[in-house]
Amino acid sequence: MALENRIPEGQLAQKWQNYKNHQKLVNPANKRKLDVIVVGSGLAGGAAAASLGELGFNVKCFAYQDSPRRAHSIAAQGGINAAKNYQNDGDSVFRLFYDTVKGGDYRAREANVYRLAEVSNSIIDQCVAQGVPFARDYGGLLDNRSFGGAQVSRTFYAKGQTGQQLLLGAYSALSRQIGKGTVKMFTRTEMMDIVVIDGKCRGIVSRNLVTGEIEAHFGHAVVIATGGYGNVYFLSTNAMGSNGSAAWKAYKKGAYFANPCYVQIHPTCIPVHGEFQSKLTLMSESLRNDGRIWAPKRKEDAEAIRAGKLKPENIADEDRDFYLERRYPAFGNLVPRDVASRAAKERCDAGYGVESGEAVYLDFKYAIERLGRDVVEARYGNLFQMYEKITDQNPYETPMMIYPAIHYTMGGIWVDYELQTTIPGLFAAGEANFSDHGANRLGASALMQGLADGYFVLPYTLQNYLAGELHTPRMNVAEGEFAKVVGDVNAHVAKLMNVKGKKSVDYFHKKLGKVMWEKVGMARNEAGLKEAIEEIVAIRKEFWADVRIPGSANEMNTELEKANRVADFLELGELMARDALIREESCGGHFREEHQTEEGEAKRDDANFAYVGAWEYKGENAEPELHKEPLVFEECKLVQRNYK
Amino acid sequence: MSEKQSLNLTLKVWRQKSPKDKGQFETYSVSNISPDSSFLEMMDVLNEQLITEGKEPVAFDHDCREGICGMCSLYINGHAHGPDEDVTTCQLHMRKFKTGDTITIEPWRSAGFPVIKDLIVDRRAFDKIMAVGGFVSVNTGGVPDGNAIPISKAAADEAMDAASCIGCGACVASCKNGSAMLFVSAKVSQLALLPQGRIEAARRAKNMVAKMDELGFGNCTNTAACEAQCPKNVSIANIARLNREFLCAKLKD
Repeated sequence: MALENRIPEGQLAQKWQNYKNHQKLVNPANKRKLDVIVVGSGLAGGAAAASLGELGFNVKCFAYQDSPRRAHSIAAQGGINAAKNYQNDGDSVFRLFYDTVKGGDYRAREANVYRLAEVSNSIIDQCVAQGVPFARDYGGLLDNRSFGGAQVSRTFYAKGQTGQQLLLGAYSALSRQIGKGTVKMFTRTEMMDIVVIDGKCRGIVSRNLVTGEIEAHFGHAVVIATGGYGNVYFLSTNAMGSNGSAAWKAYKKGAYFANPCYVQIHPTCIPVHGEFQSKLTLMSESLRNDGRIWAPKRKEDAEAIRAGKLKPENIADEDRDFYLERRYPAFGNLVPRDVASRAAKERCDAGYGVESGEAVYLDFKYAIERLGRDVVEARYGNLFQMYEKITDQNPYETPMMIYPAIHYTMGGIWVDYELQTTIPGLFAAGEANFSDHGANRLGASALMQGLADGYFVLPYTLQNYLAGELHTPRMNVAEGEFAKVVGDVNAHVAKLMNVKGKKSVDYFHKKLGKVMWEKVGMARNEAGLKEAIEEIVAIRKEFWADVRIPGSANEMNTELEKANRVADFLELGELMARDALIREESCGGHFREEHQTEEGEAKRDDANFAYVGAWEYKGENAEPELHKEPLVFEECKLVQRNYK
Repeated sequence: MSEKQSLNLTLKVWRQKSPKDKGQFETYSVSNISPDSSFLEMMDVLNEQLITEGKEPVAFDHDCREGICGMCSLYINGHAHGPDEDVTTCQLHMRKFKTGDTITIEPWRSAGFPVIKDLIVDRRAFDKIMAVGGFVSVNTGGVPDGNAIPISKAAADEAMDAASCIGCGACVASCKNGSAMLFVSAKVSQLALLPQGRIEAARRAKNMVAKMDELGFGNCTNTAACEAQCPKNVSIANIARLNREFLCAKLKD
C-alpha cells in the first residue's frame, strides 16, 4: 500500500484553514449515534475524549491506571511552548514551526509541524480558561521562560509541574463529561487488541485488570493515545506501566510503525545506583542554564573518585574538563539534548566517568559564586530537594551527578495529516504517533503536541471520518470478528500463563533493556545492531520457554500485566534495531558511529534518508517491509546543525 | 554511596486475596538491601524473591516512581507514605531504615477506599467527586486570550499550591474520620481563587461536598493529620476556604 499523507492543498500557512473549511461535519443529532473509543487518558487522549464528548459523540475512554489523572503526562516538568510572542521578542507561528523542524533535524513533515505551531496559542488560552494556574508576573500576565533550541522565550510553565497542571486541566474537562454521561471511563482496563472488519477499525478488546475479564467494545472510530515505548530499555524516565502494547497490537493488525529508531536520550538524569534500580529520574533541562558540566581532566582523578579516595569539590578548576564548553564554545552547556548526551557518553567511555563510571558532574558552585545561594535556591530549590531525597547528597555543597537516560520516543504509529493510521478508522495521537518531532524533540514541545492533537486536531479530523460512518449500525460485540478477537486474546493470555517457567518477567525485561541500551542506545553501529537483533530473538525465545507468572488470569495479576507488555517489547525492540540498521546516517537522537564528521559530530544524509521510514508487519515469521514517505521541504532550508 | 552497609529487614505485609477475603499479615525477610534503593525497589526485591519461590508477589500500586502521579500508596509503620517528610512512598529511600528493623506495610484503610487486593485499594471515589464539580464549565474552543483576564501573582501562586494535590488519598488514610476534605478543598480552593473558576464556586462546593458525604467519607474535625501526612504539603487553610464557600452557598439557598 502506498503511503498517502493527505496534506491539504495550498500554501503552508493556509493548509489547516483550508482543511477545516472543506472537511465534512456531523450534525448534532447524529453525533450521539456515533461511538468513539479513546485508548489512553493523558494529554492527548484525555483532551480528545473530553473534546469529543463536548461535541456530543459517545465516547469510551480507557486507562490502565486507577484514574485518568495518573497518565504519565503528569510527570513533565519544564513547560509548554506557544507562539504567543507575549515577550515581544520576535516570536511567531512561523518561527516556532521553523525551530521545531530544525530541532527535529529535518525529519518531520512540514505541514503537520506548521499546524502544531498554529494551534499552540489556542492551547494556552484553553488551559487558562480551565483554571490551570500558570506562572504569572506581578502585573498579572502570563510569564515565560526560555528553553533549548530557541532564541525566544516562549515556554509557559506552572512551577516545575507543568505537565501535572495541564493534565489535571484535561482531567477536569474529562471529569465534566464523565459527569454528563458523554464519556464512559474504563479505568484499570488495558487494551489487548484492535478489531478490524472489512479493512476498517471497529473497536477494541480489553482486559479488566481487576477481574481479568476480556471484553469487546465497538466504536465507529478508535484513537490510540497511549504514549511512547521508552520502557523497552527497562530503565527510563517513563512510568513503570508505560508501554508500547497498544501501538504494537495496532501494528500487528496492519497500522504502519514509523521511525521506531528515533529515541530521545535526556542528558541530565540521576545516574543508576545499583542492580535493583527500577527507574530513572530526570533533572529538568532548565538546570543547564546555570550549572556547568564537567568530568575530571586526569584519568587518575576519575579513578580516585570512583575508589572513594577523592571528592569532586577537591579537584581544582584547572583539573576539570568542562567538555561541552570546550567542544561547543558557541552553545556551551546549552547544546541540544542529543549532543549533550553523546558528549557525556564519550567522556565516560574514555574512562573519565565518576561514581560507577557512568556519571559526570553538573556543578552549581560557579552559579552560587556568581548569583548567591539565595538566587540559585529560588530558581532550582525544588529540584535540589528532589535530588537530595534520592541521592542523600547536597547539591549546594557537592556537584550533582548526572548521566543520560531514555526519555521520549519520537517514533510511533505512522499517521497522515488527519492523524489517521494506515487502518481507516484508527487514529493515533500524542507520543504514540510519529508525526511532529522528526528525529529529535525540543524541550517543552511534548505537552504542546499532546494537547494540540487532543483539543484541536482530532475533534476536526475525526469528524471528517465519522461523517462517512453515519450509516454504520452499532455492531454486536458477542459475535463475528469481535468474538474471534476475544478468543485470540484469551488464547494469548493462556499461552503466557502456560509457559510456567522459572524466571520472572523482570529478568527478561532487564536483559532486553541491557541489549537495547548498549547496542540500540546513544550510539549505534552496524555490527552492534546485527548482534542486537540476534540477541533479542534469543531472549524472546527464552521468554516464551521460561517465564513464570504466578497466580491466575482471572484475577488481578500484576505479573501477567507486565508479561503481556514485555512480550510486545521483545518484538518492538527488534524492529527498532532493524530501523536503526537501515538508516545509515546520523540524525537527531539516532547516531550511527559510521556516519560522523572527523570531530565526532553527527552527519546527516539528506540525499538518501530524507524520508519517514514506515514499517509494515508481514506476519510472525516474515521480515517486515519498509515503506518510505519522502519528506519535501518547501519552507525550511536543510542545513547541518552546528553548535560550535 | 556504595560503602554504606546494606540492610536486612523483616517485613510484615498485609495480604488479602480479594475484596471479600478477610486478609492477614504475612511475615517475610529481605536481605542485602541497598540504603540507596527506594522503598518500592525494596518491594521489587521481595517480589522477585516470592516469584522465585513460586509464590504470588505482593500487589501494590505504583507508576511514575517520581512522586507526581499519586498512584503509590502504602501505610508504612503507621504513616501514610512512610516515615520521611514531604515524600510519596516511591520517593522514600531505604536509608531511612536500619538493619534489623521490622517494617509493617498496610494498604490505605478507609471506608471510602475498599481493598482490591493486598496493598491495592479502590480510589475511584475521588473521580466521582471530581465529576460533579471539579472543573470550570468551559468547552474546548471559543475562550478568551490567555492574557485577557489578569490574575494577581499571589492568587495564581496560591491556586498553584492547592493544585499541587496528587490525589493519592494519604489525607483520607491518615484521618481518623476517613474524611476527604483536604482533597476536595484543594480543588475547590484552586478554582475559587481564579476568576475563571469563581463564577461557579458555590455550586461546585455544594456538589462536591454532597458527593463526598454520599460516598461514605467522614467529616472533618480539624485534627490536621491530613496536612501532616500530605506528601505535597497541601494546607488545611484550604479546608477553611471550602467551609466558607460551602456556608455562603448554603446561606443563599
